[in-house]
Amino acid sequence: MKKKNDKNWNNNNEYAVIVDHATVRFNMASERIDNLKEYFIKLIKRELMFKEFLAVKDMSFKVRKGEAWGIIGTNGSGKSTLLKLICGILKPFEGQVTINGSIAPLIELGAGFDGDLTARENIFLNGAVLGYNKQFMQNHFEEIVEFAELQDFLDMPLKNYSSGMAARLGFAIATIVRPDILICDEVLAVGDYAFQLKCQKRMNEMRKHGTTLLFVSHSIDSVKEVCDYALWIEKGTAKMSGKVDEVCDAYMKYLQN
Amino acid sequence: MNNFIKRLEAFQHYKPLLQQLVMKDVKLKYRRSFLGYVWSILNPLMIMIIMVLVFESMFRFDIANYPVYLIIGQTVFNFVSEATNQAMWSITGNAALLKKTYVPKYIFTISKVTSSLVNTLFALGAMLIVFVVCHVRFNWYMLFIPVILLQVYIFSVGLGLLLAQGTVFFRDIQYIYGAFLTAWMYLTPMFYPINQLPFQLMWAIKHFNPLYSYITQFRTIVLEGLFPDTRLIIYGFVVAFASLLIGTWVFMKNQDRFILYI
Repeated sequence: MKKKNDKNWNNNNEYAVIVDHATVRFNMASERIDNLKEYFIKLIKRELMFKEFLAVKDMSFKVRKGEAWGIIGTNGSGKSTLLKLICGILKPFEGQVTINGSIAPLIELGAGFDGDLTARENIFLNGAVLGYNKQFMQNHFEEIVEFAELQDFLDMPLKNYSSGMAARLGFAIATIVRPDILICDEVLAVGDYAFQLKCQKRMNEMRKHGTTLLFVSHSIDSVKEVCDYALWIEKGTAKMSGKVDEVCDAYMKYLQN
Repeated sequence: MNNFIKRLEAFQHYKPLLQQLVMKDVKLKYRRSFLGYVWSILNPLMIMIIMVLVFESMFRFDIANYPVYLIIGQTVFNFVSEATNQAMWSITGNAALLKKTYVPKYIFTISKVTSSLVNTLFALGAMLIVFVVCHVRFNWYMLFIPVILLQVYIFSVGLGLLLAQGTVFFRDIQYIYGAFLTAWMYLTPMFYPINQLPFQLMWAIKHFNPLYSYITQFRTIVLEGLFPDTRLIIYGFVVAFASLLIGTWVFMKNQDRFILYI
């Protein structure tokens, strides 16, 4: 996915991600209405009011190219929603999100996998989901299989894979090209230790070559290890942002109270 | 205009995905069945034979070359029915994926209709067998058949987009559409001749049922060896593009809200 912003390009090309007063609104109907009968009953009773729920409220922050940001916060604070907003899965209700460069979203590894297809077929399918053509995938096929260490299981339907094995394959495909922006949402927690190290190594390599990283994790230690900066979100608003150590310490202090 | 070009570029970018999705459907359809793709030809043949037996022995219609008449109607109707039924679930069925990555959503709808087109192409094999067995005379006008299928395809994409976005918000549509399809089948001259109907009903079908146009174009070429009436072709294309336009418009209008309902 490529988004170019020509208008403010000169001012903004040092930034990889600009989130400008973005708000994400969910319509939380008191119950979910997804059939017509209920819809009309509610319409007639004039109960068709939606409880608004703002998962992200008036959020603003900028990430310079090449920086690594950790996003921390308690469950349900809006971390994943923010990442989805940046990936373009969600559209902001108000405000703007500007992205400069290509994005590799690792929100869930192998989201496009089909259990009935073999690993070989899934590599091509998942590659296509990420927007790569067949020729490109053929050229990188060996590399993916090698990284995922699944040479012996290539023609097995993916439903017989363990979740860790599927995650390996997902990571290998998603990181086959060096993206400008890498978005990681707790995906590395599934693999075994050896594979986690391998992923970490690959991420570090990308960082060295200038990839911007957005990293969500509940493990404060790994955030401190991987990131330079951190953003602390609480109930959909940015509570604090800045150097990773300061923000993480403040967050830990807050949690312990 | 600029927006339109951007959309077109995005479509170009995701064309490999469309190909992969169609290949997936076609591959998985007959995986682990003994006869595999042969079923695509065998199945329509079997259904046609049963219907021919039923209608030749129970209700007699005065139609020359009845098996050919029947299989043309059956193939076109099945194409629309399968394509729209599959397309209806294309968004809700891919919820997991749409929540995790950015992919243009209409790709899934188009892929389902395209998979049905591929199945229909297999079914043309069955049709060919019937043509040979029933001594249909082959003629050059038959080269026009892909254009008829194109009309049906465009029509189905439009209707599919409309149903897909509707199903996201109201799951009831599946039941309503199921009943609608049954009515549509009986109101399409698939196994009976249209001139047996009362005049008003015949008039209504000719004017408001696009399938009548598609099936009649097909039958004129195969059964009469003539080029279809130009008015029917124009009507067919107009309805197809109207369906595409309405479907696309409604889909685009609502697609940003899908994520909140799937």
